[in-house]
Amino acid sequence: MTAALQTRNLLRRFGGLVATNDVSITLEQGARHALIGPNGAGKTTLINLLTGVLRPTSGTIWLAGEDITRTSRARRVELGLVRTFQINQLFPGFTPLQSVGLAVSRRLGLDRNMFRTIGSDPRVVGECVDVLERFDLIDVMNRPTASLPYGRQRLLEIAIAIACGPRVLLLDEPAAGVPEGERGEIMDGLAALPADVTVLLIEHDMDLVFRFASRISVLVQGALLVEGTAEEVANDPRVREVYLGDDAHG
Amino acid sequence: MSEPTTRAANMAEAARALRQVSRAKPVEILFWLLALASFLFLPDQYLLLNEVAITGLFALSLDLVIGYGGIVSLGHAAFFGFGCYLAGLLTKFGVPDPLMGLAIAAVGTGVLGFVTSFLVLRGSDLTRIMVTISIAVLLGEIANRLPGLTGGADGLQGVAPGLLLGRFEFDIFGQVAYGYSLAVTFVLFLIARRFIFSPFGWSIRAVKQNALRTSSIGIHVNRRLVVAYTLAAAYAGVAGALLAQTTSFVSLDVLAFHRSADLLLILIIGGTGYLYGGLVGALLFKVIQDFLANLTPEYWEFWIGMLLVALVLIGRDRVTGLPAMLIGKFRRA
Amino acid sequence: MLTNLFDGVAYGMLLFVIACGLSVTLGLMNLINLAHGAFAMAGGYITVVLVNRMGVPFFAALPLAFVLSALLGLVMERTLYVHVYRKSHLEQVMFSIGLVFMAMPAVSFFLGSEQKFITVPAFLDTRYEVFGVSMGAYRLLIILVCGLLAAGLQFIVARTRFGSQLRAAVDDPMVARGLGIRVDAVFATTFAVGSGLAGLGGALGANLLGLDPTFPVKYMVYFLIVVAVGGSAGMTGPLVAAILLGIADVSGKYYLPQFGSFFIYALMIVVLLWRPQGLFARPGGR
Repeated sequence: MTAALQTRNLLRRFGGLVATNDVSITLEQGARHALIGPNGAGKTTLINLLTGVLRPTSGTIWLAGEDITRTSRARRVELGLVRTFQINQLFPGFTPLQSVGLAVSRRLGLDRNMFRTIGSDPRVVGECVDVLERFDLIDVMNRPTASLPYGRQRLLEIAIAIACGPRVLLLDEPAAGVPEGERGEIMDGLAALPADVTVLLIEHDMDLVFRFASRISVLVQGALLVEGTAEEVANDPRVREVYLGDDAHG
Repeated sequence: MSEPTTRAANMAEAARALRQVSRAKPVEILFWLLALASFLFLPDQYLLLNEVAITGLFALSLDLVIGYGGIVSLGHAAFFGFGCYLAGLLTKFGVPDPLMGLAIAAVGTGVLGFVTSFLVLRGSDLTRIMVTISIAVLLGEIANRLPGLTGGADGLQGVAPGLLLGRFEFDIFGQVAYGYSLAVTFVLFLIARRFIFSPFGWSIRAVKQNALRTSSIGIHVNRRLVVAYTLAAAYAGVAGALLAQTTSFVSLDVLAFHRSADLLLILIIGGTGYLYGGLVGALLFKVIQDFLANLTPEYWEFWIGMLLVALVLIGRDRVTGLPAMLIGKFRRA
Repeated sequence: MLTNLFDGVAYGMLLFVIACGLSVTLGLMNLINLAHGAFAMAGGYITVVLVNRMGVPFFAALPLAFVLSALLGLVMERTLYVHVYRKSHLEQVMFSIGLVFMAMPAVSFFLGSEQKFITVPAFLDTRYEVFGVSMGAYRLLIILVCGLLAAGLQFIVARTRFGSQLRAAVDDPMVARGLGIRVDAVFATTFAVGSGLAGLGGALGANLLGLDPTFPVKYMVYFLIVVAVGGSAGMTGPLVAAILLGIADVSGKYYLPQFGSFFIYALMIVVLLWRPQGLFARPGGR
């Protein structure tokens, strides 16, 4: 079976600095994979390479067997590679329903229509309700996004991505900045992700990582240090030293 | 996941909410009834009202660019002037039918908008401002340097459009002129409204709010803005064409910088991003302008400038909210 | 040919002195200030009043034009501009156009709307022939003064403590604040000096550029070109851009008079098509 997402020898230099160093990573279909590493390890650069914000200096990226190394950002989304952002990137003036509705219209290819209203297609309405129910946003679907509590906004961040119909979803620190009391909602949101969607999770909250991910890769100074099951990684002495050790002390 | 009944209820609620946004509100119907009433009951104001309708359409076009697309333009007069000259020349040289002239002006200006959009959409706000100003100045220079065609500084004279719909002659009181301008503005308004509430229009509003996220849900941001800019250019061209046809004259002034700047003010007075801002602003601006011009004929621009500065420093919401606030206080007292 | 080049350089240096403040304010506070030309106009009219009405010698009036314009800039910055830094570009555009709309009628109300000329000392009217190049003494003076100013500014920005604070603040205001640099004070100073230089340029250039109440609008795009093409990374970019603009404009009007200023706008559009971030912008810079 082809891997959902695969990179081989991915390398990115900024001047003399190597931000991503020879990274080869494989995500199987439906995987729950986490990417961890200390600050400055190059996690965000890697996401930017995968989504096409940055071009790699060398190396290759495949999405379901198709080479997407040089594909445009919008096209990668069409092919099913969707991301969320560490800092909320929402539409503050839209309601959750409208935001999700736009993404659904896009996926159904209705977004170029200039003369029908956005809700006139029952498929759009149906899929919006599906996504909003899945992430428990139905009760706030008609409130302006800017007025939602932060935790709900983080969920909407994921809901919009799911509305794009991803095959592979890249979650960039979904729990970043979420207060302790609202973390449960994020965990529920992650649990509600469709099983057939392959997920790469970047997260600092180790509790979340170990509860969610079945495989973990550790990135240090742009290069992969260890990859394995949650248990293997948790018990790996090198990981303890460079990452968990640091965390415990600092 | 959830009970079938709640799901059905949620579906109905979502469908209702999505329909609701685009449904015509009573105040909108009232607005257009008032416009119709002005045509029926204010015959001695036709010339002024005609100007308001044309300026309103022009400002609506800028609203599509700024209020919806988020592109700061200071040269929107380029399209207005281009449409104006195009319609004037068509009338003089072989196409007297007003509607035909209007259509050709719309297409011609749309093409100009499409081509220049690639210049404008590159670069930052600053370069956008410069490029838009420059395009208007360039067209002004061309019009000025081709007196054989455009009449140069004397303006294009003797623009005499034919009968409207083959029946109505443009009269000196401006009755046909205003009826014509108002009808065209109304039709184009309806199209703009439809456009804005379509998925396409929705995506343009999304770009303005968050271009990064819009591209991350798979929408080609620049292509959307090109379409919005082109459509807006065509609208401005139609407004210009209306002016040429209803006043039978085109002057270099249609391309002048102050026209673009005034237009921005009109839109700001009326408010951006709800489609009516341009129309309301055009009416208010005309009233303010007449008032100030009577007060200080030579220096009225000073007060316009002060209004702009005040609108920014105090905040538009607070200025326009002032009457409502006073009424509220009055009621409580 | 060379005479045109000479005139173009003089013209370009004037544009640089007027516009360099604009490039710094844009880079530093991300402020789009379309009213910058109004400060140049103020400097021009201050000199007209000082020299023509009060009989102040021309060379004494120039520093006064600088100081008074700088003061005007400082007052405007502290009372008005300080409120619009955090507003959107659209609002900054409206605000500064509003100021221009106020400045123009105000000037024609007090001083009349006709073009004004400054009475300059007679020796500035002479022309010199050097290797067949005809050089006006007045333009020589402009090149001299503006050249010294450009060198001085370059020195201040590149070598002094204030200059390094300025560069740090342009690079990243947040980080600069963190380093204890008083960004507000740096900006107020820069704004005042920039206005003063604009005023000085307006005074020096009044007879060359044509001083009337439409001045701020007439040259608005020229100043913007200097900034947009030159970038806001340092003094060299705007200087080179301004001189190129001056030469192009003078020779364009000389060799292709039927095109007027057409040539310059077309050239600018081509340049921005080629390099949307300006000719001299640093890669990755703002």
